Amino acid sequence: MQIRKDTAFGNMRSEIWADGLLLSKKFTEALDRLSSKNVVKFGVYLTAVIVFFALILLPPILGIIFKWSAMQQILSQPEYMTRALNSVENSFLIALFVSIIDIIAGLPMAWLVARGKSKWLNVLDTLCDIPFIVPTTALGYSLFLFWSKENGISALFGKTLISPGWLLVMLLHFTFSYPVVVRVIVGALLDYKMEYEQASRTLGAPPFIASRTVTLSIIKPSLIAAFILAFSRSISETGATIMVAGTFENGPTFIWNMQEEFSKVNPAIYEGSIVFASFLLIAISCIIFGIIRIFGPKLKLPIKRVWPSLERKLSYSPAVTARNSTALIIFLAIVLTPSLFVALPAFQALFTDTLPNALFGRGELWSVYWHSLILSYFLGAVVTVINVIIGLPMAILIARKKFGTWMSTALDVLVNVPLIVPSIALGVSLKFFWKETLAFIPEMLLLIFAHLAITYPYFVRSMSAAIERISSDMEDAAKTLGAKPLAVFRTIILPLTKYSILSGAVMVFTRSVSETGATKAVTTLQTAPLVIVDIVPKANGSQIIPATFLDIGLACGFLILFSFMILLALRLVVKGKGRY
Amino acid sequence: MPDVRIVNVTKKFGKIVAVNNVSLHIYDKEYFSLLGPSGCGKTTLLRLIAGLIKPDEGEIYIGDKLVNDVPPENRDIGFVFQTFALFPHMNAWDNVTYGPRVKGFNGERTKTIGHEVLEMVRLHERLDAFPNELSGGMMQRIAVARALAAGAKLLLLDEPLGQLDAKVRDELRYEIRRMAKDLGLTAIHVTHDQSEAMAISDRIAIMKKGKIMQVGTPQELYMKPANIFVAHFVGESNFLEGYTSTVNVKGATVELRGGIKVQTVEKNVKLGERVLLAVRPETFTIEKGTKKNENSILGTIERVTFEGTDVRYEIRLENQDLVVAVKPSLTEEWFNMGEKVTVSFPPERIHVFKYPEIGLREEIAVE
Repeated sequence: MQIRKDTAFGNMRSEIWADGLLLSKKFTEALDRLSSKNVVKFGVYLTAVIVFFALILLPPILGIIFKWSAMQQILSQPEYMTRALNSVENSFLIALFVSIIDIIAGLPMAWLVARGKSKWLNVLDTLCDIPFIVPTTALGYSLFLFWSKENGISALFGKTLISPGWLLVMLLHFTFSYPVVVRVIVGALLDYKMEYEQASRTLGAPPFIASRTVTLSIIKPSLIAAFILAFSRSISETGATIMVAGTFENGPTFIWNMQEEFSKVNPAIYEGSIVFASFLLIAISCIIFGIIRIFGPKLKLPIKRVWPSLERKLSYSPAVTARNSTALIIFLAIVLTPSLFVALPAFQALFTDTLPNALFGRGELWSVYWHSLILSYFLGAVVTVINVIIGLPMAILIARKKFGTWMSTALDVLVNVPLIVPSIALGVSLKFFWKETLAFIPEMLLLIFAHLAITYPYFVRSMSAAIERISSDMEDAAKTLGAKPLAVFRTIILPLTKYSILSGAVMVFTRSVSETGATKAVTTLQTAPLVIVDIVPKANGSQIIPATFLDIGLACGFLILFSFMILLALRLVVKGKGRY
Repeated sequence: MPDVRIVNVTKKFGKIVAVNNVSLHIYDKEYFSLLGPSGCGKTTLLRLIAGLIKPDEGEIYIGDKLVNDVPPENRDIGFVFQTFALFPHMNAWDNVTYGPRVKGFNGERTKTIGHEVLEMVRLHERLDAFPNELSGGMMQRIAVARALAAGAKLLLLDEPLGQLDAKVRDELRYEIRRMAKDLGLTAIHVTHDQSEAMAISDRIAIMKKGKIMQVGTPQELYMKPANIFVAHFVGESNFLEGYTSTVNVKGATVELRGGIKVQTVEKNVKLGERVLLAVRPETFTIEKGTKKNENSILGTIERVTFEGTDVRYEIRLENQDLVVAVKPSLTEEWFNMGEKVTVSFPPERIHVFKYPEIGLREEIAVE
């Protein structure tokens, strides 16, 4: 650093700079030394676990537990019991089916994005996030418009192509979990050591066999993580599902419908149904995740049998081109276009006076919109940073079984819980918990806590799968070379999982920005998605804030556009050796 | 039957030219080594032959087939990686039989081949162990067995012994050569260890900074180094600076520092040219006291080191040049520190090179 030393000021500055560097180096070294003390190590992990329980796990379920007795109401009414049980069953069937299909459809896309060589793939990669960025209610409305209403794709067929019901729900769930699956698998592929696949190629395996028998097995933890995330989201999502469910009921829509029917008339039944349905969903899901966690690693993918001539054909063009084209077409036609459909009127809006109204904040909608946007992005950033800090120790704890195998399995399962709780129940529960605990809790803090609870599992899930894949040999090597635990983390784990960290951070950010259902239940502050909820017409056509088609399109359009640009910029900045 | 021809191949990584216009012909059934310091391009060249990377310029032929656009799985090769790259999710047996399985061999044939190659590498125990449970030597043998089991006729080895301890290395290198010869394979072996290359190769290519410095049998490389780098990298050489003073029918005489004249058999130098003489330590004759032989210089023993089979003498010549001489410890009489001796060397064993423009240190640098 060039500092003029021949002036007194220059002298002082260079001294301060040198001191500063020395200080930060000493600080890092002191932290490193501190980290090798057992007390400190234990303390950090214990704090992570306590924070998890106090901030993430308990708030959502305590609300349910407090209202346990309300279950009596439901259990004594066989008609509602049957309905509840049916809805829970539907939830699991859909979740299972959709998750599997998401992985099958997401794999080729993730492969294309991670292994492709064109710069345009950065854009494609970011486009994959779009369904995740669109606020859930708007997403539901968008799919409803696209598949069911006259001015959507139904126009081509003359009649409604897919009316609200189980098929549309499945399409919706497939759509919003698609980005998560692609994100997780891309992270895994980018962190993967190519040598194994190369070795298999030199042994005579064409690319398809090499990927299937070697790569897939090695990235298995990430495939399982992706499955669990998709599954959980399907179980819990409310805001969008109600827009497309029609008379079909899964868990969350059952709760919603009960609210519509009974919350004023007979609150006990409403509370009873929340508790009952949520309890069943959580309990059964935890059992499923526990089984996956225990037997997942032992699960052997079918790799013994090969079909050389068939798989050889699948490895090269034209099969590869066909596969990539199909993946792209499915993505564009089924995932992207329906998701963006609600924003299409935005282009029309550009030519009317809607645009200047928007930009100058005129009217009931636009006067609140821009503030809500800033609030949403600020919230997203804060929540992302906090999640990375409190989530990393937890991820390490789970992946490296620092507290023993059983504890690690238990924590692994529990981390998923906030994901499974239906968002509406989550919101109600969180509000209840925090208002009871800290009566004068500032709204902003309440909002942050709520979003933390919802987004934490995405980060921890993605990170622990990534850390699992790092051989503990590397850490051992660093330790024998004298590196203290914190240094091992800084210099070994962080660099090797940076793509997964970024992948997790992206999911957290986008999930927070688009989160609707729980946010509505928990706070009076207006985030961007809540403003959009107010302008999307309900089933009876009414809106809380009056807005035209163009207004809705523009409002959704801005949100999608800005989020897209932020993510693309983030991706390019971190570019280096690949996309994440 | 695969011979391998590399024709004007260049490979760049950004600004770095890893392989610079290299041409080589490796004969069928030959055991060929690529030898050189780290970063010289030998691994890159091997990966080009394997098809793991593509050349920017030039052609590669395996057998008589141009393979530039042929992917690795269709080149019929076996590749042993430096880090073994054993599949962590498969046990030893599954690793070894992977090649036959993906090629579609039926169950019986796969089993037979598997047992055959394991017989060859002498590793029948621990078949159901996973790679992380095996020792380095075992992993290496599994990696070799895996490469052989696929039945390929071209075996490529990337520093296969680098991760093993010295004694194991010494034993295994002969075994690999024996296996290759027994199976009639063409083998290309990359290493930075010259004693390894010299011990087992039919021919060796010395590489430096992406270029081939010399190709020849171990004897040729040792006895007739083509340039200063090879003279230094293979075995040991003493370097003496001088100028050609006369050129006659026998060869040139070179005047060293201090006016000492030395006769060589080199005819390809100009009068007055600045040259470098390379002399191997074992070619010196050392006698007590002052003698007048052809090419003799007086000197004093500065250091004596016992090395088992040899004794090593550092001798300060009367012109202040320092040379190293090596003598067998059992057969010859020893000299002591401080003793005055006459050092002579036969003209036929002196290699004459033009003095390098970039200086001696740069020329022989390995990094």
